[in-house]
Amino acid sequence: MYFSKELLDSCSSLRKKWEDEVRRVVEKHGERDKRFTTVSDHPVKRTYDPLDIQDTDFENDIGYPGVYPYTRGIHSTGYRGRLWTYRMFSGMGTARDTNERWHMLLKQGQTGLSTAFDFPTLMGYDSDDPHAEGECGRCGVAIDTLEDFKILVDNIPLDQVTTSMTINPPATVMWAMYCACAQEQGVPLDRIGGTIQNDMLKEFIAQKTFMLPPEPSIKLISDTVEFGARHVPKWNTISISGYHIREAGSTAAQELAFTLRDGMAYVEDVMERKGMHPDEFAPRLSFFFNSHIDFFEEIAKMRAARRIWANVMRERYKAEDPRSWWLRFHTQTAGCSLTAQQPYNNVVRTATEALAAVLGGTQSLHTNSLDEVYCLPTDHSVQIALRTQQIIGEETGVDNTVDPLGGSYFVEKLTNEMEEAAWEYIEKIDEMGGMLAAIDRGYPQMEIADAAFRYQHQVESGEKTLVGVNKYVTEEAEECPLLDIDEEVERSQLERLRGVRASREERAVKKCLDELRTACRKGDNVMPHCIEAVRNQATEQEICDVYREVYGEYRDPGLF
Amino acid sequence: MAQKNLRVMVAKPGLDGHDRGARVLARSFRDAGYEVIYTGCHQTPEQIVEAALQEDVDLIGLSCLSGAHKHLFPRVVRLLDERGAGDIPVIGGGIIPDKDISYLYEQGIREVFTPGTHIQTIIDWIEGNVTPREAL
Repeated sequence: MYFSKELLDSCSSLRKKWEDEVRRVVEKHGERDKRFTTVSDHPVKRTYDPLDIQDTDFENDIGYPGVYPYTRGIHSTGYRGRLWTYRMFSGMGTARDTNERWHMLLKQGQTGLSTAFDFPTLMGYDSDDPHAEGECGRCGVAIDTLEDFKILVDNIPLDQVTTSMTINPPATVMWAMYCACAQEQGVPLDRIGGTIQNDMLKEFIAQKTFMLPPEPSIKLISDTVEFGARHVPKWNTISISGYHIREAGSTAAQELAFTLRDGMAYVEDVMERKGMHPDEFAPRLSFFFNSHIDFFEEIAKMRAARRIWANVMRERYKAEDPRSWWLRFHTQTAGCSLTAQQPYNNVVRTATEALAAVLGGTQSLHTNSLDEVYCLPTDHSVQIALRTQQIIGEETGVDNTVDPLGGSYFVEKLTNEMEEAAWEYIEKIDEMGGMLAAIDRGYPQMEIADAAFRYQHQVESGEKTLVGVNKYVTEEAEECPLLDIDEEVERSQLERLRGVRASREERAVKKCLDELRTACRKGDNVMPHCIEAVRNQATEQEICDVYREVYGEYRDPGLF
Repeated sequence: MAQKNLRVMVAKPGLDGHDRGARVLARSFRDAGYEVIYTGCHQTPEQIVEAALQEDVDLIGLSCLSGAHKHLFPRVVRLLDERGAGDIPVIGGGIIPDKDISYLYEQGIREVFTPGTHIQTIIDWIEGNVTPREAL
């Protein structure tokens, strides 16, 4: 890093002396472990010095915030201009229950909304389908028709609040409902902002919420990207997600590599299928990372992510607009790092992970609640989680300067190592013919399975510590109050759905669905047809069934 | 290592895709020496029972993290009974609140393993409680 030869020479000889001393100490007293590694099993050295980053170029590799390659952040003023968005992922029971939780969160100082849907909604089934039995409203909010959606956003000014929706196979349908609600509120589409997750590749790789085979799944995603670029320019049409890859057990480097390679697959598809230039759509691609418990590894991962993406967009895809080079991302603290044992300890884990996300430069953040290890959180535990962000943001002062860890020998070296490991994976996937081909072979799935298996054994052997699980175990169970989803939720949801089916104009529904089917067959953009269908009270599943009919269904190959 | 020669099914009923635990277990069972049938995600109880009978398994391990276990697990047991295969033991795991465990026992689930359980504990349970069906 532009260290003078004198400095490096002196460093070498000082280091030698220090190593002699270390040898003496280690021989006499030993160290706590034979191997020191991150939670991802990445080796960490005893200490780092200028020699570790002598090949790192300040201007080209680190530079300034807001300047290519954005290692230190995409905004020149970091959080001094504006803090990250406090965005708590929430949804449960009926649309009314969730709307009430949203209003509570906005009153508590939350600055953006984020929707958790229940499993039937996530998978494209209505609440009255046999697949939905026992699942209605349980892990999120149940949405079947526009009537539900109107209640969900009741009294939420859609031109002022941005909303993220964690929805994948039926993303077109939920987005269509949001657009239709905005129009009903009199808000034009070019004034609404938000995000649909809409990232199917990571579903095949990790989260397993899938419906259609990969190829048509990607086609629908490119439809949304195109529709967004033309009509909803403030909407993030894909949230390219590493979160679930990590939750499935990947290492930090795998999360980084697979996520960025997924992003590249989307860019390539939109360029080829829609003939669009990256600058027409890339500024609206956003990312979503996990912030796991290994503090520095996470920060390094996020810094490396920005640097790789900037490079890929500029060099590989020839994007010219700097906004196309920016990797903007949401972060969620790691659900999989929380423990059911001694659940109050989870507050501390979440706070540590949230701090890493902030030092990594996230644009928005969800902090898990202590009881999310069991089920959806209570009002009180959500408030603690939200306050955790507010304390970091408004009390600790960590956001007074941009990228405070920039220049740390360790963090810069680890950032470089993350980048190198990610490139190795990316190049391997390139050689396989891209991400779809790699998924078809089960490559990312099995890499993650291997890592998850290794970690499980490290926990069981005690090599990795989990407080309250394999160390500092207490005999007495520590209990916390849990949120119960009433059976009444399912009953009232089914009743509303029956009401909609009884009162709608069946002929209009059928006509819309027929038009959608034709659009699917012809390869036209489905979005305008989707909006028309939801306006006419077609249900989510009716629209998804058209997709299933035209494109076929994907089944889990069950790799392990 | 397992002593018994068993055919073990690991199944994911319901709509949730949280298969990390199920897959780690499937692999651990295979490493222990069992023959493993893993269904993959999104199986209905009917599909699970059908596959279990076709594969002639000695044990079914269900994993559910969506909160629908009270609906799905007992249904698998009932369907096995209806098909005359009530002797196939069914065990479950995932995010199961303590308060639901006794209900699952009442419904015929033989054992419930919650987060933090050692894999060896599960294998020990299998060794102590499951026998190959032909030997009955």
